[in-house]
Amino acid sequence: MNKLTRDQMAERVARDIPEGSYVNLGIGLPTKVANYLPKDREIFLHSENGLLGMGEAPEPGEEDPELINAGKEPVTLLEGGSFFHHGDSFAMMRGGHLDYCVLGAFQVSASGDLANWHTGAPGAIPAVGGAMDLAVGAKQVFVMMEHLTKTGECKLVERCAYPVTGIGCVDRIYTDLAVIDVTPEGLVVREMVEGLSFDELQKITPVPLKLAPLAAAA
Amino acid sequence: MIDKTVSSLEEAVAGIHDGATVMIGGFGTAGQPAELIDALIAQGARDLTIVNNNAGNGEIGLAALLKARRVKKIICSFPRQADSQIFDALYRAGEIELELVPQGNLAARIQAAGAGLGAIFTPTGYGTLLAEGKETREIDGKHYVLEYPIHADFALIKALKGDRWGNLIYRKAARNFGPIMATAAATTIAQVSEIVPLGELDPEVIVTPGIFVQRVVAVGGAAAKAA
Repeated sequence: MNKLTRDQMAERVARDIPEGSYVNLGIGLPTKVANYLPKDREIFLHSENGLLGMGEAPEPGEEDPELINAGKEPVTLLEGGSFFHHGDSFAMMRGGHLDYCVLGAFQVSASGDLANWHTGAPGAIPAVGGAMDLAVGAKQVFVMMEHLTKTGECKLVERCAYPVTGIGCVDRIYTDLAVIDVTPEGLVVREMVEGLSFDELQKITPVPLKLAPLAAAA
Repeated sequence: MIDKTVSSLEEAVAGIHDGATVMIGGFGTAGQPAELIDALIAQGARDLTIVNNNAGNGEIGLAALLKARRVKKIICSFPRQADSQIFDALYRAGEIELELVPQGNLAARIQAAGAGLGAIFTPTGYGTLLAEGKETREIDGKHYVLEYPIHADFALIKALKGDRWGNLIYRKAARNFGPIMATAAATTIAQVSEIVPLGELDPEVIVTPGIFVQRVVAVGGAAAKAA
């Protein structure tokens, strides 16, 4: 089967972000989505540290330490972009003004609980940042993650074993094997990679899946 | 004549007492008032409770304050970073107390203090470890956690320009926590790149009105005489 690379996953998520969306991309893997947003769409990227209309990384030598993203990497601001303080920034996030956020995850449960901030391991230093605000606040919460951990355990689970970030907050999951919606009727598979059968996907996924492909996007 | 400008960093941090709660602006090092923090280290106050988004980067600024063992407790959202080795070591040795707060709740609790609110109900963190033991309420079918304001004795913030009335404008993403921390502290101390004559800052673009600021100090040698 053709397991997606991390860049292909980012490209797949980017296809589902429509023109005019206000979007927050989480730290790590989701940041890659920005590289694949179709150039013919105007999409507003939000960064929790006070940017709307965030642009690409600057040319080498053009970095400004006071123009960074949530991952503290240098970025640029598009024409029409704006700066604001943390109160306004989190009003955008928590107040339901963002259309989409894309987050990484350790685990997602069958009912859409998200675990992505803390392993809970002894000695681990917890850090949460804006993850819990995005989880409860964005209109649509997308998760992108590998389907299986490096040791082969499925990251889609009946109940999260890690401390949760939010309860019932995830709307859609993009893995390297499938696109899966969290619905009141359970997890519904919308797409699978080439060469993977539904039975094979179900076999490695310890929660019940349904198959209901969406019509191909225009 | 009201003149909130002070002529030295030493004067700017005067009176910060042992055991004080001090908000420090910045997101990582963007907007971190490094010169004020260095002055605070030299001033010597200890047993501080620090409110910041992070817990220091590298060995400078907030990390240097931690390294000097002046901080008893830190209230922040994201202590663990690639270069937070000073905090990590203190935390693992049990030598610093951590109150971890989701970033939006940190902002909202600071804003609540500045706005004179007794508490807020926030959806962020509901059902998680960070809401354990806290009062909750269902309002219009949604779940909320009761969170209390964070007040400070002092706020140290960084802005681009200020005037003698304490009006401030900021630069790019260095704004972050500055404007809200300014509202929540009894004494807000702003370091600016330039002090400009009264009237030069366009009232339409002033971000922090002077009522929230008690002291302004110029750093980087660009101190114009306050007119």
